[in-house]
Amino acid sequence: MANTPVTAVRPPAPQPRDPEDADRPAGRKGKKHRIRQPLRHRLKRDKALLLFCLPGVLYFALFFYLPLAGNVIAFQDYQPFLGFKQSPFVGMANFTALVAEPEFWSAVSNTLQITAIQLLLYFPAPIALALLLNSLISEKIKRFIQTVVYLPHFLSWVVVVAMFKQVLGGAGSVTTLLMEHGVSIGNVMTDPGTFKFLITAQAIWKDCGWGTIIFLASIASIDMGQYESAAMDGAGWLRRIWHITLPGIRPVILMLLILRLGDILSVGFEQILLQRDAVGPDAAEVMDTYVYFHGVVDGDWGMSTAAGLMKGVIGFALILAANKLAHRFGEQGVYR
Amino acid sequence: MSQSVATRLRAARSGPRPRKSNGRPPWMERPHWYGQGAKGLALIALTVVVLYPFVLAIGTSLAGREELNANGGYVLIPHHPTLEAYRVILSGGVVTRAAVVSIFITLIGTALSLACTVMIAYGTSRPGTVLAKPILLLVLGTFLFAPGIIPTYLAVQQFHMLDTYASLILPVLLNAFNIVVVRSFFQSIPEELYDAARIDGAGEVTVLFRIVLPLSKAVLAVVGLFYAVGYWNSFFNAVLYLNDAGKFPIQVILRSYVLNGQSINASAMGVHSIPPATSLQMAVLIVAIVPIFCVYPFLQKFFVKGVLTGAIKG
Repeated sequence: MANTPVTAVRPPAPQPRDPEDADRPAGRKGKKHRIRQPLRHRLKRDKALLLFCLPGVLYFALFFYLPLAGNVIAFQDYQPFLGFKQSPFVGMANFTALVAEPEFWSAVSNTLQITAIQLLLYFPAPIALALLLNSLISEKIKRFIQTVVYLPHFLSWVVVVAMFKQVLGGAGSVTTLLMEHGVSIGNVMTDPGTFKFLITAQAIWKDCGWGTIIFLASIASIDMGQYESAAMDGAGWLRRIWHITLPGIRPVILMLLILRLGDILSVGFEQILLQRDAVGPDAAEVMDTYVYFHGVVDGDWGMSTAAGLMKGVIGFALILAANKLAHRFGEQGVYR
Repeated sequence: MSQSVATRLRAARSGPRPRKSNGRPPWMERPHWYGQGAKGLALIALTVVVLYPFVLAIGTSLAGREELNANGGYVLIPHHPTLEAYRVILSGGVVTRAAVVSIFITLIGTALSLACTVMIAYGTSRPGTVLAKPILLLVLGTFLFAPGIIPTYLAVQQFHMLDTYASLILPVLLNAFNIVVVRSFFQSIPEELYDAARIDGAGEVTVLFRIVLPLSKAVLAVVGLFYAVGYWNSFFNAVLYLNDAGKFPIQVILRSYVLNGQSINASAMGVHSIPPATSLQMAVLIVAIVPIFCVYPFLQKFFVKGVLTGAIKG
């Protein structure tokens, strides 16, 4: 191992890796005994691999970590012509100005309301659909339904909103049909009162089917013997779902719930942006659209970045907290 | 009771039986007719709710003016289908241009994204590579934070990319999730193959092109299609970074015509007689989803596997 490192051969791979272990540095155990080659020799040895990583690393540096650092303008009175090197620092002034804005709090409140509605209505939908799909005996029917319900996931939000408009808009086909039978539902596409339910319905239409994939996989990994024994002991289908299927997919449900909690402040940005003007900002302004309209459109860079940063930090804290909570409940969570 | 003993004996003899692909397991009770009926109704309702808007859009885009007027604006199945609306929007003009822009962005973007994804995934997948761990952390960090709209916009502005096609590709070039999927596939390739190639004197580039890529066609197809769908559907980045309406991709045009109700006038289309507005709008809508329909069968074949590897690893 300690011979001339320039011609050094890459060390043989450690034990066949368990896929679960892949993210750990390979061969951690062997490392103690191996004499490490100097860094510059290892760099030279892995030159080709490092070159492979270069475009990707550049991308993440320039379009992810640099903007991440660019969040300093939340503490600046940012002037585009000065750039963020010369714009004066103003401490927390942007944040104090932000929390004094009633519009900001209206956006926060809308966001939280939408999240709450979606947690109640949208989150359980894929679980219910997965249970329904799982109960289908015929593989043919099951596959057909899966093909149908996965499809909307691949449409853009523009298409989804356009489709909702042609069906439920003021002149939409179903609206007109109901009108002919004396039922008026008005124009739900522009009604601020029902807007939060409308976007939840759109989210369910688009992604409920897609969301079943992970639950179906989790259900499939439950031992069929459990169902058989339960059936022998007289448990009907409802009891089997309640006592076997649901506990079996509990870790996945909790994991997705945690991920959703970390995202509590982001609700369908493109989706809402597309419909904000039709409904009006009072009901449809959420944190992301607030940031967009006050920053890019109105040019209030510092304050809108402050709002974005606040959202990011709260989201990050929520993810950590929810993960802790999952561990408390004895579940795996997203990471350890 | 005797039946239960028999079942248990059989289970003990052969271990857990594979789940039957067709037919009801013997222990499962016969369902009641009303249970079956409710399930059937639910499935039919589900199918109708998902497919109705598609059929309505296709039908309306093919219908003529009289039929639309007679039916109150929308038609499910036209009796005298005409391709007039498609002829108008695809005969040059705004929609044609936008479709060409979208195709161009999708092809170039997908090629670039896929190449960079494969490279960084391969570069970090070999055990013991120096710096692989920090690079991987760089990638995984994107799951935890988000830079936010404004700083990203300002970065794109600093790079002088506003109002260029590059702004539709480079800011969304890579996706950490896709990298993780490809990387974990590379790691599942038996180590012996790598060793054998290396003993034969192959360098990393040869190993990647001769050994790894030919084995990864399926996963590359999935990830490539995910990127392609992303580029084709991208809407907000165009609104954010582009001012020049001539560079708008199809989704932005779809929004202005269908959602914002901008009228499709004859001069924008370069023709004189115009089919009804609803037909034109629905034709634009269909143009915006046809590519998705074309790749969907391929996607469907692979994506469940692709999504799951990523979900479990990520």
